[in-house]
Amino acid sequence: MKKHLLSAADLTRDDAELVLRTAEELRSLADRPIKKLPALRGRTVVNLFFEDSTRTRISFEAAAKRLSADVINFSAKGSSLSKGESLKDTALTLEAMGCDAVVIRHGASGAPHRLANSGWVRASVVNAGDGTHEHPTQALLDSFTLYRHLGKSHLGPGNGGGLDGRRIAIVGDVLHSRVARSNALLLHTLGAEVTLVAPPTLFPVGVESWPVETSYDLDGVLPKADAVMMLRVQRERMNGGFFPTAREYSRRYGLDGRRMATLQDHTIVMHPGPMVRGMEITADVADSDRSVIVEQVTNGVAVRMAVLYLLLGGSEPFETPRPSAPQEPPAISSDAEGADA
Amino acid sequence: MNSYLIKGARILGGEPSDFLVRGGAIAMGETDANAEVIDATGLIALPGLVDLHTHLREPGREDAETVLTGTQAAAMGGFTAVHAMANTDPVADTAGVVEQVWRLGREGGYCDVYPVGAVTVRLAGQQLAELGAMADSAARVRVFSDDGHCVSDAVLMRRALEYVKAFDGVVAQHAQEPRLTEGAQMNEGELSGRLGLAGWPAVAEEAVIARDCLLAAHVGSRLHVCHVSTAGSVELIRQAKASGWNVTAEVTPHHLLLTDELAASYDPVFKVNPPLRTPADTEALRAGLADGTIDAVATDHAPHPFEDKDCEWAAAAFGMLGLETALSVVQQTMVDPGLLTWADVADRMSYAPARIGRVADHGRPLEDGAPANVVLYDPSVRRVVEAGESVSLSRNTPYAGMELPGRVVATFLHGRSTVLDGKLA
Repeated sequence: MKKHLLSAADLTRDDAELVLRTAEELRSLADRPIKKLPALRGRTVVNLFFEDSTRTRISFEAAAKRLSADVINFSAKGSSLSKGESLKDTALTLEAMGCDAVVIRHGASGAPHRLANSGWVRASVVNAGDGTHEHPTQALLDSFTLYRHLGKSHLGPGNGGGLDGRRIAIVGDVLHSRVARSNALLLHTLGAEVTLVAPPTLFPVGVESWPVETSYDLDGVLPKADAVMMLRVQRERMNGGFFPTAREYSRRYGLDGRRMATLQDHTIVMHPGPMVRGMEITADVADSDRSVIVEQVTNGVAVRMAVLYLLLGGSEPFETPRPSAPQEPPAISSDAEGADA
Repeated sequence: MNSYLIKGARILGGEPSDFLVRGGAIAMGETDANAEVIDATGLIALPGLVDLHTHLREPGREDAETVLTGTQAAAMGGFTAVHAMANTDPVADTAGVVEQVWRLGREGGYCDVYPVGAVTVRLAGQQLAELGAMADSAARVRVFSDDGHCVSDAVLMRRALEYVKAFDGVVAQHAQEPRLTEGAQMNEGELSGRLGLAGWPAVAEEAVIARDCLLAAHVGSRLHVCHVSTAGSVELIRQAKASGWNVTAEVTPHHLLLTDELAASYDPVFKVNPPLRTPADTEALRAGLADGTIDAVATDHAPHPFEDKDCEWAAAAFGMLGLETALSVVQQTMVDPGLLTWADVADRMSYAPARIGRVADHGRPLEDGAPANVVLYDPSVRRVVEAGESVSLSRNTPYAGMELPGRVVATFLHGRSTVLDGKLA
């Protein structure tokens, strides 16, 4: 693993599978009587959120706390774009207080990249969503969820080709979606075949050079998909003229009961949240047995634990995965100290 | 006033010769026992460079640049005349403001400053500014531009083009269709999609250029296109010229050399408007400058205080420094590859911009009796650009750490040295 997680493109297949394997071990923690590991005891994780995002913030907060890290939540609402304290000054403040990892959510694409590469802080930087750029931990938790449902073999050291050849449809506002960007990159890395589905106005220029298929026709894509990931479509986009009306969008690109009926039996329905029920997804689909939307939230905590654990020095036992190693990675046994690794 | 005997300089890159700079004029082949001798062996002598597009920031943003520091940077780059853009605070939309800027230039004495007048009041694109008053002022404004903003209203643009005919003015258009570029951050292409930065599509420039060429032809006026940045724009201007229309264009050094790939660093020092484009655009711009489709190199020197670039990309200001590195970039992109001779450089960086700006004392061939506006340039050295070495008040050079060829050794303005031995005189 690199020092920072800024983009899904930072992850090799080995890196990504290491995160997913680690997450699988950590997820089982939820079933233990004591849900806390001392792995990051004495380490400080700052959640630096320039945009409101309760669900992502509490997911990171829970992840860090379950690893015994000290957590500081820094909500800098109204970013430097609106003349508040600048990103730089905030970063210098955090650096002065001492922190080991900064989890940053920011409305400006590339803000985590700046934080990591400008020399303002020495901490590891985790991108928790930047503008319309990327949201790599969302992609990791989505892949983790996909592995659990579609993986051809159980996750574990030496697992080969869990998502190879699986067909994943990502539907909606690709243009403005950091989730779509990160997922397109990561799922490709993991061997899946991604099809992006959107009206032509909601595809970014140059999407034809992405490692994905694209389609304007949701009905044509659904019957072949192994998973369907619906993206939130903000009604405000209508004012930008990206589509004529919310109703027309729903008719052409919304996932409703009729369309759900065309899916294969094993196909799952995902959504990164927050959902706009009645817009891109109907309530009956969101609440159906195919929906893994709530599970995605659970998996988010495990995946973010894995990311923090690996970035903050817990990676050594995992750096050379041994196919014959026991399923339980030793580093996560309850007496492991990440700081010593 | 000192006299200078320039020995062994290669005028426009030709054979070594001597000339005298005396009393503000050039005296070919003469000597003067009292003259200071300058050994110009191996140096190229060019007419003082003329910039059609400089942001001096004064009045209003004296923390970024002043007329004095901006003209010092110009002198260091070999310029003897700069056109100061109108987007100051207050905007240069009245005779009072343009005369102030003009006067500050004269007091500084490093460069002749020709203020550009705003086309519309406060650059708001609503109502024509008093173009005639600025033309008749002591500043003698001939170039009018809302640069930073496009005169996007077709009727207003038509009227401006018509109106400036009365005093042989020119409208210098910042071609940017505003609706197509709302929130735009970088060139629209594969990379903008990948980086999640809002795209600035080539068509937003080209659509306005096409319209303005047609308008200029329709009303029989003179159009100048600022900072052309795309291959399509070059082609449109080529066609307009072939049709005999009175259209001129400029390209910036940074659009000749740098490409949009630099945005992948998210370092806002590479954020500029119009944005850095693709290698294919760069190629077309070089070809256009070589064949004369693009008349001039203009720097679009845009100083910004440190904090306006030391931040996230979207929060950063658009623009980059250009005066001190312009000639080096032109050598690297045009002269060294054989696209332009030094005589051509004199045309693109001195004669043509002076002609477009209707500047009488500059852009004249280095011949007997001509005003002694001269730059001596050493093309044989290479240097690594250090942002801290700039004499501009700002540090936002995109070339920091980059090795560029050449160095301005001396600049003479009306016979006075403004730069000697590569330092401000």
